[in-house]
Amino acid sequence: MGSFILRRLWQGLLVVLGVTLTVFVVTRVFGDPVSLMLPLTATAEQRAAFAHEIGLDRPLLVQFLGFMRDLVALDFGNSLWQRRPAIEVVFERLPNTLLLIVAGLGFAILASIPLGIIAALRPGGIVDRLTVSLGLIGLSMPQFWVGLLFIVIFAVQLKLLPTSGMGTPAHLILPALTLGLTPLARLTLLVRSSMIDELNQQYIKAARAKGLGLSRILGVHALRNVLISFLTLTGWELISILAGYTVVVETVFAWPGLGLTAMQAIQRGDLFLMQAIVFSIAFLIVLINIALDIAFKMIDPRINLN
Amino acid sequence: MSSASTSSLPLALSGGTRLAGGFLRELWHDKPAAIGLLVILLIIAMAIFAPLIAPYDPAAQSLIARLKPPAWLAGGSWAHPLGTDHLGRDVLSRVIWGSRATLLIGFSVVLLAGTFGVIVGLWAGYAGGRVDSLVMRLVDIQVSFPGILLILLIVSVIGPSITTMIVVLAVTNWMVYARQVRGIVMSVRQTAYVEAAEVIGCRPGRVIFRHILPNLFSPILTVAILEFTNIVLAEAAISFLGLGVQPPATSWGLDVAAARDYIFIAWWLITFPGLSIVATVLSVNLFANWVRITADPQEREKRFARAQAAKRRRARGDQATVPAE
Repeated sequence: MGSFILRRLWQGLLVVLGVTLTVFVVTRVFGDPVSLMLPLTATAEQRAAFAHEIGLDRPLLVQFLGFMRDLVALDFGNSLWQRRPAIEVVFERLPNTLLLIVAGLGFAILASIPLGIIAALRPGGIVDRLTVSLGLIGLSMPQFWVGLLFIVIFAVQLKLLPTSGMGTPAHLILPALTLGLTPLARLTLLVRSSMIDELNQQYIKAARAKGLGLSRILGVHALRNVLISFLTLTGWELISILAGYTVVVETVFAWPGLGLTAMQAIQRGDLFLMQAIVFSIAFLIVLINIALDIAFKMIDPRINLN
Repeated sequence: MSSASTSSLPLALSGGTRLAGGFLRELWHDKPAAIGLLVILLIIAMAIFAPLIAPYDPAAQSLIARLKPPAWLAGGSWAHPLGTDHLGRDVLSRVIWGSRATLLIGFSVVLLAGTFGVIVGLWAGYAGGRVDSLVMRLVDIQVSFPGILLILLIVSVIGPSITTMIVVLAVTNWMVYARQVRGIVMSVRQTAYVEAAEVIGCRPGRVIFRHILPNLFSPILTVAILEFTNIVLAEAAISFLGLGVQPPATSWGLDVAAARDYIFIAWWLITFPGLSIVATVLSVNLFANWVRITADPQEREKRFARAQAAKRRRARGDQATVPAE
């Protein structure tokens, strides 16, 4: 176990290194940070001074080493927009994003298991076909569009919920629902299909023959075998939400999390803040991946981590 | 009516009338998939013939005809069947032209990323050993990158355009093909016929292309179709965020973004471009499901058995009801 965690940490380090290299090459070689961050009216002297300040006049390799050293110290430079260390902004906004993700994905997890099981009880029945159709439709809807429709229906027409922003628990409902819809559809379809497979296995017949109740067979025997693939997909959903879809949902609902901050940083040409956000998210994803692998091992001892 | 319009695609793919006819009959039994294919073909035709179908220039503004509702609502007229936007542009024409960006980006990305991923996967799976572990480590690392966020950073630095979008999406989406192909190549390499081909002295190129590649066709087709939906959704999201397709070009995601400020007074502006995205992705999903089952002999046998069982049940049911009447 110890050597496994070490190896995963090493791989995580490679991921962070890869992201660093990509960001460095794109911003320094393909793009021009000076023209991106300074206004059009800046004079040539101002541009040169700024380039010197952020070290653009040094050789690329020296720049890269400096870049890496700053990363280790979590020093991403000052956000031009907020005029304070970029990492501070990240730490301030990250909890909001995590709250939104926990609410959205939590809703998807809690709803998908019963929905999938009910559908799997009678494959081909009306409930099953309805679940599959709704699931496919859910997978086909872009989240930004669903969010806007929710705003039109629940905020504009019915006037039940606030349109955007953050504050009361009511503000959380629409963004969390929007964020959770795609994972809900995908997880429900997964629970349904793996449950159908499991219910046709011999051990279920044995459990029935023993006279176990339906709820025990489903909840204890079958569900445990579904859990591994369920957890894999949940982890994947969590990562893909973190890696991008929060940006969309937070933009639609003006939710003050990291995703909205990323968009604001892009609009203001605040490269340092954007870099800080990308790194923090990459780092989080690495941590989540390691945690998931450990969780798999704890659920299913048969999994060979090496 | 539908068979006439759908026959051209499978025909061209399979090259045999009898085979295509068989597939079409099979497709017809799966109604959702048949409808899915029909909608896809309609959207493709819409994109190709956009200049002929669209009633107006999608960029033509008309300030007197601003924010007109769709024709069937009070205040709407059949001059603009789906209404007009905040600049008086015809929504129907914009939806028709918007299909071009979506399909162009979707097809190009799948083609580019698919080709690259398949080549890398073939190479890794065939070479094995150190090459394989190095390539797969690279895949593992890139899979853990923060996808869309990194794309947004890259595009904002390089500057958004359709070409940038295609390149960036292709570079970030090839891994799934490489993984799948590598897995299949690894298992196919162990089979007797590949070993036999190697023993009689076939060159690696011949073994790869003649003996291994045909096994990859159906799994890669399924992955590519599903990836297409992911790309369409990603393109729409990035265009919605303002870093994808740029005006004056049109895209469904871009139109939804432009309509955001008017959702309080003009619901139709976000509805129709959004519905177009849903229709595209849903149809592709329905069709992909059929392709997956049809391309997999085991699944196909199960489906055949189910159809036979249903037929027998129905026959028995008919006999049972006859005496009752």
